[in-house]
Amino acid sequence: MKHIVIIGNGISGVTAARHIRKNSDNKITIISAETKYFFSRTALMYVYMGHMKFEHTQPYENWFWKKNNIELKQGFVSDVNTDKKELTFKDSSTISYDQLIIATGSKPNKFGWPGQDLEGVMGMYHKQDLEKLEKYAPNNNVCKRAVIVGGGLIGIELAEMLRSRKIPVTFLVRETSFWNGVLPAQESEMINKHIKEHHIDLRLNTNLKEIKSDENGRVKSIIIAETGEEIACNVVGLTAGVTPNIDFLKESGIELGRGVKVNRFLETNIKDIFAIGDCAEQHEAIGQRRNIEAVWYTGRMMGETLAQTICGNKTAYKPGHWFNSAKFLDIEYQTYGWVFSERSKKENEAYFQWQHPTDNKCITISFDKNTNKFLGINTFGIRMRHEIFDKWLTENQPIEHVLEYLADANFDPEFFKLHEAEIIAKFNKENNTNITLKKKSWKRIFAR
Amino acid sequence: MKLIKQSGLIIFLAGLTFFIGILFTGSFNLTQTELDTYIQEQGYKSEVIKDELTKAVVTEDNLNIFQFSSRTINAFEASNNHYDALIAKYNKEKNWDKKGQQYQYKISGKPHTLSYTLAKKAGKGLAADNTGLAWFLTFGLGIIGALMFIIPDVVLLGKPGIKNDGIFLSAATNRGWIGWFAFIFLVTFYILLYFKADLIVNWVYLVDPISKSISGNPASQWFLYGFLYCVVMTVMAIRMYIKYRHNKYQVLRTTSVLFFQIVFAFLIPEILVRFNQPWYDFKNAFPLDYDFFFKWNLNELIASGGLGIFILVWGIVLTIVVVPVMVYFFGKRWYCSWVCGCGGLAETLGDPYRQNSSKTLLSWRVERIVIHSVLVFVLVMTAFALYTFFSEESQVLGIKTQTIQDIYGFLIGSIFAGVIGTGFYPIFGNRVWCRFGCPLAAYLGFVQRFKSRFRITTNGGQCISCGNCSTYCEQGIDVRSYAQKGENIVRSSCVGCGICSAVCPRGVLKLENGPEEGRINPTDVLLGNDVDLMNLVNKK
Ligand SMILES: Cc1cc2nc3c(=O)[nH]c(=O)nc-3n(C[C@H](O)[C@H](O)[C@H](O)COP(=O)(O)OP(=O)(O)OC[C@H]3O[C@@H](n4cnc5c(N)ncnc54)[C@H](O)[C@@H]3O)c2cc1C
Ligand code: SF4
Ligand code: SF4
Repeated sequence: MKHIVIIGNGISGVTAARHIRKNSDNKITIISAETKYFFSRTALMYVYMGHMKFEHTQPYENWFWKKNNIELKQGFVSDVNTDKKELTFKDSSTISYDQLIIATGSKPNKFGWPGQDLEGVMGMYHKQDLEKLEKYAPNNNVCKRAVIVGGGLIGIELAEMLRSRKIPVTFLVRETSFWNGVLPAQESEMINKHIKEHHIDLRLNTNLKEIKSDENGRVKSIIIAETGEEIACNVVGLTAGVTPNIDFLKESGIELGRGVKVNRFLETNIKDIFAIGDCAEQHEAIGQRRNIEAVWYTGRMMGETLAQTICGNKTAYKPGHWFNSAKFLDIEYQTYGWVFSERSKKENEAYFQWQHPTDNKCITISFDKNTNKFLGINTFGIRMRHEIFDKWLTENQPIEHVLEYLADANFDPEFFKLHEAEIIAKFNKENNTNITLKKKSWKRIFAR
Repeated sequence: MKLIKQSGLIIFLAGLTFFIGILFTGSFNLTQTELDTYIQEQGYKSEVIKDELTKAVVTEDNLNIFQFSSRTINAFEASNNHYDALIAKYNKEKNWDKKGQQYQYKISGKPHTLSYTLAKKAGKGLAADNTGLAWFLTFGLGIIGALMFIIPDVVLLGKPGIKNDGIFLSAATNRGWIGWFAFIFLVTFYILLYFKADLIVNWVYLVDPISKSISGNPASQWFLYGFLYCVVMTVMAIRMYIKYRHNKYQVLRTTSVLFFQIVFAFLIPEILVRFNQPWYDFKNAFPLDYDFFFKWNLNELIASGGLGIFILVWGIVLTIVVVPVMVYFFGKRWYCSWVCGCGGLAETLGDPYRQNSSKTLLSWRVERIVIHSVLVFVLVMTAFALYTFFSEESQVLGIKTQTIQDIYGFLIGSIFAGVIGTGFYPIFGNRVWCRFGCPLAAYLGFVQRFKSRFRITTNGGQCISCGNCSTYCEQGIDVRSYAQKGENIVRSSCVGCGICSAVCPRGVLKLENGPEEGRINPTDVLLGNDVDLMNLVNKK
């Protein structure tokens, strides 16, 4: 019986632990500095917004861990001794391991802005950030205005959170349009508009110069780099991306880049030490993926995979087709396969796009303009079936096939208005084709 | 807009205050002639009741309803005590003839029911005489205020979308003091309605004119309840329409339950009465309609000719054929969330409280034990009732059928379905009865779990375990525990309200009816990972 120690009780560490437990009776200890019990980081926003209580973000009841014989330990690991196979905690206590899984996740980026450590400046990553926000921005009397720096998924969530308590928000975004490094222009612009409809003061093309302090060391205002404008505020949210949370490994001898360097088997340079989730960095990117994939799903998949290796069935991390999802205020977003923004798409990739004339709905289908092969889809305001798109991607279907059978892929609730016919009409018109929509078929949908 | 909303709240609270306050108004007494007529109508044989009641209620004093009620109850008690004493006396003297004679003088019935019938004749004052004004001050202000409070949300809530901001920060929806107040109000209401109807006779006056215009008869407390039910559902349905206006499933579903409540549960039965037919709610299926097979009901149906027989056949076909076949095709939602009155109230009045249902494994265990016990109880009781009906024997195995029926009616029909089932909304979530008590739900649940095309499909690997779905599931189903495993939700208790699907921020859940094959799909490794690994681990 080995002792498997996991640092980090996020989705990756916990998934690994669950699957190791399923397949073995190894001793498992999960360590976390943040909270004793696993919670869903993606749900933090809903706690502040009052949609849920913190306990609702915990996917397993507290008895689950004992019942499954998974030990939980709260504490901050400050040092890893790879020779003695021993961890040292901040309070100098130690614990030894046979195999170590590093699943320490990320931390918010700070780019050395003056004033970035003042009181009232915070990221939005850990539970402690939520508590800070509750302290500095409980309502719009205490927090007259908040400034958010960095226009990504966490930034827009933070804006939505603050708006739920009617706190005025200024949102600084470096890019010319929201998240347009990832989204095609049509979608990015729709989101720009939607952000403004929510009375968020969106500032595109805008960088932070510095954060100013009042006499008590608290945030007083920020200065904008481009114009020198000063904006008074009580809270500054730093949401300009995340980096792996691995400072404590600097002296350990484990090979580090931006994250913990791992091979396809999620092994580090040192035997019996593995890394998964946000903090793992592949030596070489897998397909068109990034070397560091800081999303929920990949953390989970790495956990599922590594558990096999630990339990004796050595398995490489081979994620399937890319998918992701998010929600921008009221607009749901799903993506399957690869759709790159105009800024980063390759020469052979072409778009077919459709947008609803009034509602916040649109899609972009990316395809190879030489072979018509379907590459990926972005949908906004329309839900799609993961399984169907996964299948089409595996089968290398052409875009015509995708359109013809688009009704099969719709995943909106019953009675919702469907738009497949309009979408296909637009494609036919633009491409002089004659695709007709096939009626939705349960048989095809559930064919395995 | 905000101002309208706040004024609405004030007006609503004024209406509520009048509504509660009106119970304390009015004076109750009878003239000698009125009393004599009443006693004659009721056919009381007791020789002392007349004197007792005269002493009690033929008076110039302005009795309020509480004094009136206790005096009347005392009078009936005095009369019955009188004969009980005689019975005891003759018993001692072994004078069996005389003893036997005394029983006919005893007056049967629950004290508050006896008092209610008399009070209904005795009231004077605002509610009884100035009904229009009183109706406006109570129902009128309540409705206007509530609508003024609700309708500005079209603007105030902002763009269409999920509007759950602040639910756990509010004292009304997070078991705060407003929630507890609502709890006390509802519980008190149900206790008065079921057990002390005489005390709320002033409320019944308010709806007399409406009742007369529909059925031709003055209102009973059950008419009051039916009317109030429809009003509350309509007002709160408007709230639903606004809150979920982006979601057509919710809009249609709300319209459907409202229609079935107003037309099937309220209007049609009253109109049947107008034409001297039995009161019957065509959508209320046995065993929710637990007294359908009671002897008195069967006798009444058989005695009322063609329509009665039709109702008898329909009631049986509804339960044995229509209900399960529909559940096979659409899941139990077709009944619980689209048709049923209990479900209708839960989905309108109860919607603000759905998040308070417990999601623990323990509560699921309790739920299964309790709801299935009620099902067994109702079936045993019905077997007794049918045996009694066909054999004409009032006892089975030494147990009186009537006793069992009374216990069920009291414990399940009144306390569980009413006092707990609705009264506890603000504390245990809006489907307390449907989740823990309803025997029909238990029956539909078996069909849904084992033989149905309905499921909630989980969208591959898209779940981020955020927990919105579980939090807002009124039935306390831990939806997330399935979704995060990529597994479809096939649970007997799911009423298909569709809220989990609505609140999911990642578009993971879809209620749908499809082929039975593959409906239940246990998975360990989710879609999106290595195909070989999925095949390896998921094959069971
Ligand atoms: C607000 C927000 C919203 C998000 N929304 C989405 C989304 O919608 N979809 C999506 O795909 N992704 C989303 N993400 C990203 C997703 O949450 C992360 O990719 C995922 O949680 C990473 O999981 P993990 O297990 O790698 O690490 P984490 O969840 O970060 O867990 C690591 C844990 O290790 C602990 N730890 C770190 N160092 C030490 C140490 N030295 N000693 C002890 N403990 C330590 C940390 O405190 C933390 O508890 C979101 C992230 C945030 C912050
Ligand atoms: S699982 Fe979903 S549809 Fe079923 S009762 Fe719960 S919230 Fe409603
Ligand atoms: S609401 Fe959606 S994403 Fe959140 S836990 Fe439920 S199914 Fe998963």
